Amino acid sequence: MSQAVVTKLNGAFAASVLDVKEHRGEVTVTVKKEEIVAICQFLKDEAGYNFLCDLCGVDYLDQEPRFMVVYNMYNIATKERLRVKVLVTEEGANVDTVSTVWSTANWHERECWDLMGISFNDHPDLRRILMPADWEGHPLRKDYPLQGPDRELYQGRIS
Amino acid sequence: MGVTQGAEKVSVADCNKVLGNNVMTTSLDLVVNWSRSRSLWPMTFGLACCAIEMMATGAARFDLDRMGILFRASPRQADVIIIAGTVTHKMLPVIKVVYEQMPEPKYVIAMGACASSGGVFDTYSVVQGIDQVLPVDVYIPGCPPRPEGLLYGLIKLQEKIMRERNSFGAAINVGDVVPG
Repeated sequence: MSQAVVTKLNGAFAASVLDVKEHRGEVTVTVKKEEIVAICQFLKDEAGYNFLCDLCGVDYLDQEPRFMVVYNMYNIATKERLRVKVLVTEEGANVDTVSTVWSTANWHERECWDLMGISFNDHPDLRRILMPADWEGHPLRKDYPLQGPDRELYQGRIS
Repeated sequence: MGVTQGAEKVSVADCNKVLGNNVMTTSLDLVVNWSRSRSLWPMTFGLACCAIEMMATGAARFDLDRMGILFRASPRQADVIIIAGTVTHKMLPVIKVVYEQMPEPKYVIAMGACASSGGVFDTYSVVQGIDQVLPVDVYIPGCPPRPEGLLYGLIKLQEKIMRERNSFGAAINVGDVVPG
């Protein structure tokens, strides 16, 4: 069934679909960053993915491009799931907001910005959501020191 | 002595016979310390799993009420704040406000490993011990401490309050309290 969605998507956005993978019944589509809002709108309107389960960032440190934003969406009517990914480079780490498509993306994108430092263009309220408002840095990045920037690195147990 | 039964028959002379002209000599500090330590009202404030043990200590089996320790839902009425759990940097301003709202004299108990030292959470988001911010009177080890541990810590705090000097003087603005 999900492959039908991929065919549909390929028909409408042939130039923007970079990669399609199916693993154990889970379909993952990698698309171009620039087209993400149009693709999400298409998937919601034409393929019935009316629920954005999760939106998260991934940090592939030392790889190029470094970041990835992953959209897990769900079709409540047919109980189908779809995963859409976009690649994000370290410089200019920003993606267009999909909070216009699913309003739940508002807080998900704030979390992604807060912890990963990926900003979202045209987001209505891009503030920190988990860390204190005056926090500096994005702690879930792989190069962020675990014990915070103002402490010495963990050297192993002394005892 | 049956005060209620036939109270109208008890004359002043009878009372004197029972009680006598007793005089008790004590120090004002002792009276003040005794009343303070026997009515330690903790702030109802829990942060993590230690709060579950704190609630268990307050409930029927261990029953803090029998020691005059009644949880108060307002910092204005509390004498002691039990930091029961992991303190994150985001929670710290809230704890500071609650502590500052408590009237003097006020005491702090760091309950459990997290409140005492950060515990296993040696990370950017966790305060590595509430004593970096608040003056802690009693540290209770454990992860979480059993109710007996919390009771022991509260008794230790009572003992500490009993050792305070000039607590009456400080209450009428003569000098400061000498901590126990």
